[in-house]
Amino acid sequence: MDEEKEKNEGKRQVAIPGEIIKTGKEYLPGDGARRDGENIVACRFGLQDEYGRFLRVIPLSGPYIPRKGNLVIGKVADISFNGWIIDVGSPYTSFLMLNEYPKYIESDDLESYLAIGDLVLCKIHRTKRKGMDLTMKERGLGKIEDGMITTINSNKVPRVIGKEGSMVKLIKDSTQCDITVGQNGVIWIKGSSVEHELYARGAINFVVERSYLSGLTEEVKKYLEQNKIE
Amino acid sequence: MAYTKRPDGRKLDEARNMTAEIGVIPNADGSAKFSFGDTIAIAAVYGPKTMHPQHKQNPQRGVLRCTYDMLSFSVTERKRPGPSRRSQEISKIIEWSLSPVLDLEEFPNTVVDVHIMITQANASTRCAAINAAALALAQAGIPMKDLVTSVSIGKLDKTLVVDVTKEEEDYKEGEGATDIAMTLMSNNDEITSLQLDGKIPPQALKEAIRLGRAATKKIHEVQVGALKAYIEENKK
Repeated sequence: MDEEKEKNEGKRQVAIPGEIIKTGKEYLPGDGARRDGENIVACRFGLQDEYGRFLRVIPLSGPYIPRKGNLVIGKVADISFNGWIIDVGSPYTSFLMLNEYPKYIESDDLESYLAIGDLVLCKIHRTKRKGMDLTMKERGLGKIEDGMITTINSNKVPRVIGKEGSMVKLIKDSTQCDITVGQNGVIWIKGSSVEHELYARGAINFVVERSYLSGLTEEVKKYLEQNKIE
Repeated sequence: MAYTKRPDGRKLDEARNMTAEIGVIPNADGSAKFSFGDTIAIAAVYGPKTMHPQHKQNPQRGVLRCTYDMLSFSVTERKRPGPSRRSQEISKIIEWSLSPVLDLEEFPNTVVDVHIMITQANASTRCAAINAAALALAQAGIPMKDLVTSVSIGKLDKTLVVDVTKEEEDYKEGEGATDIAMTLMSNNDEITSLQLDGKIPPQALKEAIRLGRAATKKIHEVQVGALKAYIEENKK
């Protein structure tokens, strides 16, 4: 189905809120669409997409909606008696509980582990109606000590990652940087030098700006070739 | 003598030249500019974000909060900057005009902030403001049932005209001027707000609404055109 998605990319129609996408009982409304009598009506601004009988609208903007299992990068916004409040850029704040920290901490000594303003790489382990809980008890998760952070719109994250990580892998390999993409749109780049990191950031911005194009991987290859350092 | 000729040579049912542009403020979550001739409105949307002060939170749905103001240089006589009785009232009206189409149930305890500034004013500022705000909300990715379109209808003496200017608003002869600002949903027949400033017989009001509906069709085309152009531009 991914191949079919790729093919349709170029000729996708714009969806305007309130606009009728298609008429017919045989269609079903997907995300960002609703049924109004015979019609399927868009209720978000974005691109129309059809898969099977479902018609949906792919949003191009809007807030980050957290899902369980998402990898996110956030900033410590506050410290409470039993954990940290982390800002991940969604409408609600998220909470990192003390016992979700990888090692045992005395509860009066939270600040020496994570202070306000520190960046952390976490996983969402539970979403509630209001907000979410994070965990750090997994390999690779933890405080971010070095490297570079860049922020993009969370709706563009799938494009930066690419099909099964193909896009991010391409950028990683050619820039020799370690890149971690948070689902909330915060990206952590870690390379051997600032030049390498800027090179990787340039490539990511290139992908974001051209996220509507089909056959983007080839374009990115060209970009990486042209802007090669050394 | 009946009012038959408009000072700027427009037809009675013709709105001023309209322009719309999306994404004029890069730091906002959504933004748009909309103009009726000399009247220019810029809207910026921020959110949904947690509502503060907390006692204003609604645990069932998100809240829409609008701030409308005219910049001090927007009118010929300098306007004293800062909120006034008039701007607070119009802010509230814009909120009421927009909230029926917004679907904020997914975001309880949050607020969507809409800031609207009038950079140049020549009557119908609230209509330009609502049109700009609707576009900015769409760009911000807020779920909405429909777009809204706003237009002002004037009754000058006994004649109904679309999109009044300041000069027409001050018309004194005969029965004088009546200003009717209305906001309509774009894809169905519902009215989200209707204001009347002056006197009008019931039959003429019905006629005015009919005229407004026809006029909003054209304004809606401008709005849709701007939204489409925004995506097409990004595709290049």
